[in-house]
Amino acid sequence: MYPILEKRYLAEGICLMKILAPRVARSAKPGQFVIVRATERGERIPLTVADFDAEAGSVTIVTQTIGVSTRKICALEAGEALVDFAGPLGHPSEFVGMAPEALHGRRYLFIAGGVGTAPVYPQVKWLHEHGIAADVIIGAKTRDMLIYTDEMRAVADRLYIATDDGSEGFRGLVTQLFEQLVAEGRHYDEVVAIGPMIMMKFVALTTKKYGIRTTVSLNALMVDGTGMCGACRVTVGGRTRFTCVEGPEFDGHEVDFDEAMRRQGMYRTEEQRRLAIEAERTAGHVCKIGLDR
Amino acid sequence: MANKIPRVAVREQEPAIRATNFEEVCHGYDLAEATLEASRCLNCKNPRCVAACPVGIRIPEFIEALGRGDLPAAAGVIARDSSLPSVCGRVCPQETQCEGSCILGIKGEPVAIGKLERFVGDWQLENEPEVPQIAPNGHKVAVVGSGPAGLACASDLAKMGYAVKVFEALHKIGGVLVYGIPEFRLPKERIVAREIAAVERLGVEFETDVIVGRTVTVDSLLDEEGYDAVFIGSGAGLPRFMGIPGENLNGVVSANEFLTRANLMHAYDETYDTPIYVGQRVVVVGGGNVAMDAVRTARRLGAEATIVYRRSEKELPARAEEVHHAKQEGIDFRMLTNPVEVLGDERGWVRGIRCVEMELGEPDASGRRSPVVKAGSEFEVACDVVIMALGTSPNPLLAATTEGLATDRRGCITADDEGTTSRPGVFAGGDAVTGAATVILAMGAGRSAAKAIDRYIRERNA
Repeated sequence: MYPILEKRYLAEGICLMKILAPRVARSAKPGQFVIVRATERGERIPLTVADFDAEAGSVTIVTQTIGVSTRKICALEAGEALVDFAGPLGHPSEFVGMAPEALHGRRYLFIAGGVGTAPVYPQVKWLHEHGIAADVIIGAKTRDMLIYTDEMRAVADRLYIATDDGSEGFRGLVTQLFEQLVAEGRHYDEVVAIGPMIMMKFVALTTKKYGIRTTVSLNALMVDGTGMCGACRVTVGGRTRFTCVEGPEFDGHEVDFDEAMRRQGMYRTEEQRRLAIEAERTAGHVCKIGLDR
Repeated sequence: MANKIPRVAVREQEPAIRATNFEEVCHGYDLAEATLEASRCLNCKNPRCVAACPVGIRIPEFIEALGRGDLPAAAGVIARDSSLPSVCGRVCPQETQCEGSCILGIKGEPVAIGKLERFVGDWQLENEPEVPQIAPNGHKVAVVGSGPAGLACASDLAKMGYAVKVFEALHKIGGVLVYGIPEFRLPKERIVAREIAAVERLGVEFETDVIVGRTVTVDSLLDEEGYDAVFIGSGAGLPRFMGIPGENLNGVVSANEFLTRANLMHAYDETYDTPIYVGQRVVVVGGGNVAMDAVRTARRLGAEATIVYRRSEKELPARAEEVHHAKQEGIDFRMLTNPVEVLGDERGWVRGIRCVEMELGEPDASGRRSPVVKAGSEFEVACDVVIMALGTSPNPLLAATTEGLATDRRGCITADDEGTTSRPGVFAGGDAVTGAATVILAMGAGRSAAKAIDRYIRERNA
């Protein structure tokens, strides 16, 4: 069991949890993920780590309630525990393994969308701690859905905000803001984009025009997360790769995003059916026509 | 003198009924049936069955004890060579091992060695002997992976007095016994959980959710956590795909994924959260035990299910009993058929599979006649799920994160018959070394490594 040390909502449907998992905390690096199971009969859910503290033995995860399992995770409170918390899994971000001299003077731009802002944070923090300045764009639908702005401001060189409705910062998409920054003469050696698949697809299409190397972090479906099931396969540069053991970060210009998005929906119908049954059950309804079978 | 009666039939669930449930197919013998079957053994002076057993179980000796009704003695004979009789009695390919060499099989039917082993193994689980007080020897060994190799290695080391801790990447102990082999072939609570409990009673500790190579490393176990040696029994690895067009369509899954969802995650039970997609018509590509497990699981989940295999029925690598059971359950077998493309609809979901007919040509390196495509034989099979059961390739994680651990050209960890690797203090066995093989070979490798580990630690401390 992995005790929940702290829990709070960052925005509607987005909750932060600090989990006591000393082994994971000691080994975690930016870019890696964990597999979480909330309850005994729960699903194994991959979540990218949002922060870690080796001394305190804690790892931070940020979850958005989108299905049965993410709801079950967010329904737990501080003082309760997750039944499983396995990791860290996947490769750390590329820069973690790069020589300091190769990193020095390299200009990074992070483009974070929605709940994807959380896993961007440890990357920017790591670069900041290693004396590398990085700019960050955080995008959200509206001001109330922005997360991690204060934390990010503390570690980013420049922080830009984009909201679809203009309620805070730039009004428009992260890709439009990016193009504006380039037009203003900002130079970037590398872009790292983490967010909804559709956002990463369009960021990659945009950066390609400017010839800027772009890394994306894929949130593919997984069962075990250790290389055993192959549910997370994705086409990168025409080759099938396993997100769990070869990723989760890949060259954004090589990823087949349309296939990746389609594959993410593989269990959606089944998932929605279960969600509906769960909601009905919670409301005390007993199905008489057998839909719950 | 041996009893010249026909082989005693074993009771099984009716095919039509069992095709709709996940309970064990075979009920096994009761004491009277087992005693009667035991009376058929010739007790050969030069027992070919023993030579054909990968771990050399003294088969006539245990059958003789069983025939006398001395079950503790029978269990004791098996225990000298095998630590998982109730598992191996169920999943070993007896027809190519012990039973395949039985003299009685030349003219009639061989002794049902597997069913007898299972009977003795199950009896032992019910009548667990007192655990002897084992004096700790003050040394610690870490075992990576809780499948057959790891469990066997851990229990032997514990019996020698070592403090053993098994690290498992998944949330449940048992490896392939829990995520791979289905309930209807190997009951999880009644058999696997009790085998594990028996290992726990020896004092072996288990820690789940630890991915060695990521959460900790082999080196950190040796250098920081104070283990004297590490045994790697991490299993087979990554599922293989064919590399044909359409393989990433929605509805194409590996047998590993399909079985893990069903077995480990209990996706067939609505009270568990993990989804599984079965559709109406399922095609399973492959002819091994994993293919049979997948196709029969799909059948039990309500699908029309077909096996597609590129060689002929004679070459099917699966256990004969599984093929027989699958046929009884209404599985369609399409032999000498090979997929060339998975076909999708406009939404990117599987709508069928395009295949070619094959014929058998010259024998290849493995001695099996290699299949060749019949010209102009393309045809389509309509289906909405395709399950690839084509074996696995090694997971590179442990070799990549362990200094000086050599692998062969396939990527499997290099180890000799005793499990000795290129790295002193690091031993390995089972599928991680051989590639996907059998439970009994993995169990045997775990036991050999336990002996080698004991010798290594003694010599180092001499």
